[in-house]
Amino acid sequence: MSFSIFMQYLLNALQWGSFYALIALGYTMVYGVLLLINFAHGDIFMVGAYIGFFIATFLLGLVGGALPNWVILAITILGAMVLTAGVGVTIERVAYRPLRERGAHRLYVVITALMIGIFLEYLNLSLLGAADRGFPELISTTIYDLGGVSLTNTKVLVICLSILVMIGLEMFLRSTKVGMAMRAISYDRMAVPLMGVPVNTIITATFVIGSSLAALAGIMFGSAYHVLSFDMGILIGWKAFISAVVGGIGEIRGAMAGGFLLGFVEIFVVALGQIPGLEFLSSTYRDLIAFTILLLILTFRPTGLFGVARRQKV
Amino acid sequence: MSKKLAVPLLVLALFVIIVGGSWLRIFNEYWQVVFFYIGINIIMAVSLNLINGYMGEFSCGHAAFMAVGAYVSGILTVWWFAEDKVFGPPVLPASLGILLVPVAILIGGLAASFVGLLIAIPSFRTRGDYLAIITLAVNYIVKSAIENMEIIGGPRGFLGMQRVMNAITAVLDIPWLLIWTFIGGIGTIILIQRFVSSTFGKGVMAIREDEVAAGLMGVNTRWVKLIAFMVSCGLAGVAGGLFAHGPGGYINPGMFTILKSTEAMVMVYLGGMGSISGNVLSAVFFTLLLEMLRPLGVYKWVVIPLLLVLMMLFRPSGLMGSRELGDVFPQLRAWFGKEEEYAPASN
Repeated sequence: MSFSIFMQYLLNALQWGSFYALIALGYTMVYGVLLLINFAHGDIFMVGAYIGFFIATFLLGLVGGALPNWVILAITILGAMVLTAGVGVTIERVAYRPLRERGAHRLYVVITALMIGIFLEYLNLSLLGAADRGFPELISTTIYDLGGVSLTNTKVLVICLSILVMIGLEMFLRSTKVGMAMRAISYDRMAVPLMGVPVNTIITATFVIGSSLAALAGIMFGSAYHVLSFDMGILIGWKAFISAVVGGIGEIRGAMAGGFLLGFVEIFVVALGQIPGLEFLSSTYRDLIAFTILLLILTFRPTGLFGVARRQKV
Repeated sequence: MSKKLAVPLLVLALFVIIVGGSWLRIFNEYWQVVFFYIGINIIMAVSLNLINGYMGEFSCGHAAFMAVGAYVSGILTVWWFAEDKVFGPPVLPASLGILLVPVAILIGGLAASFVGLLIAIPSFRTRGDYLAIITLAVNYIVKSAIENMEIIGGPRGFLGMQRVMNAITAVLDIPWLLIWTFIGGIGTIILIQRFVSSTFGKGVMAIREDEVAAGLMGVNTRWVKLIAFMVSCGLAGVAGGLFAHGPGGYINPGMFTILKSTEAMVMVYLGGMGSISGNVLSAVFFTLLLEMLRPLGVYKWVVIPLLLVLMMLFRPSGLMGSRELGDVFPQLRAWFGKEEEYAPASN
């Protein structure tokens, strides 16, 4: 495999990993605060992509041509992030919070999340039909050529935007009061509410951030692949959850590392199949090999890459 | 009537009603299929309950073991009793099938229990949500592995079990599948019930409450976990083996996805963690609900999650919580209880 081809795959892996990482952040933040695996999160990603699709199509019909396309893209991203955050918070208020207040076992909340996910998928299917939607091309694809490595502007945008967002999130968690409260709750669930931290507000903030990141990932996915379907969130959501756990669930950096790692593994399993002698590694083996590697990682590091093993007391 | 005979008589009556009614065509084909799915769902729910309810782990890949059981038993019976492109003409006479198809289903269960080692061994060190992810990964690995085996049809699936069932019913025309499913369902309930009330099975609940403490009190936690996982996965394999011989006699890897595992989980949590009778009730209820809402078409899966979410809101710990039928309706004990009944510690 020559260097330029390797770089090519590396870029693809970075882009693919960005989606996983952005979604995994939502999983891991909610988990850190609530100890809840929010299985509806993959479908929040789908909802975000569809909201973005509707805003973009609407704006293109209304002011297409009058405004430059990048303005429309910016409005789409912002609008979809706000609306999807609303969806996420509504789900939390209607389905999770009442259960929490009644003191249900946390696994019942997990099952409720699964149900909400199925509900969102099939609501979409029954309202919009089974046909795939084409995401409008807001930025016309330009291909740059850097020494044999071809780069599209969408790919650069996706990678840069997601890395910027992750740095921003890290700073938010380090230096703002809300961010500090989030970290504090995941550190000690008993003492922090007693210190006057408004837990429900912090939980709402967590859902706002997680859902809007999922919406961002959804729009970037739409801009990169141009195909939206009602079940697009299922597989990518489960895999993002897996990358969150491999990174060490509850750890922000772990989610990023796990997301990119899973992206790399998946892209490079396909890439290795191109090498003579390894043709058997077709794309059908992608899941098999990716999950086997993850299984091995968890066998040797049972709390994930960044997770800290807590000593158990009796 | 002696109390000892009450439960066996009830089971016998159910058996006569379901199997006899199907044989005499009182229940049409549709109802027979519904009974068949209820049986399979009971096996799935009650066996998953051992891990998710009694042991307090969160296994979300139960469909993987169903797939292993379905494929292993399906391949065996097609090889033995049916004309097939890969396996050639049947090697055994069809009259033996009446005995050997259940054996094949049990072998499928055995194979599934060995695949269960894939999650049992990591569970020695890994717990909780990390173990959940391992079960999830196993679900994907098994599905992906089957998809990559061209000889058994790969993603297109595997068929031929219908020919096996046809050959068997040609020998003697009684609803064999329902009989096996009934035995499988009742067997699963008895097995899990005996398991969790045995001294060994108490170790499973001790692990749920506190693994370290259980180990200190002399529970061999590794051995208990290993056996519990293998029993549960093996029973899922039995359910898969029955499923493979069901109407149509066709299986493909797409049937054993996370959605199937989700169904099993929903039944466990709807019924209540650690309540066998709750799980049986929820399996019956869930299967009937799926069938009743069938006319809604695609809206079915909009209505069902909403109903279940509402139910969770009103009963936050499932239909029965961790109680059994006898705890909810003490009158029943007068008929079906043991001579010496002691109240289980509430927790």
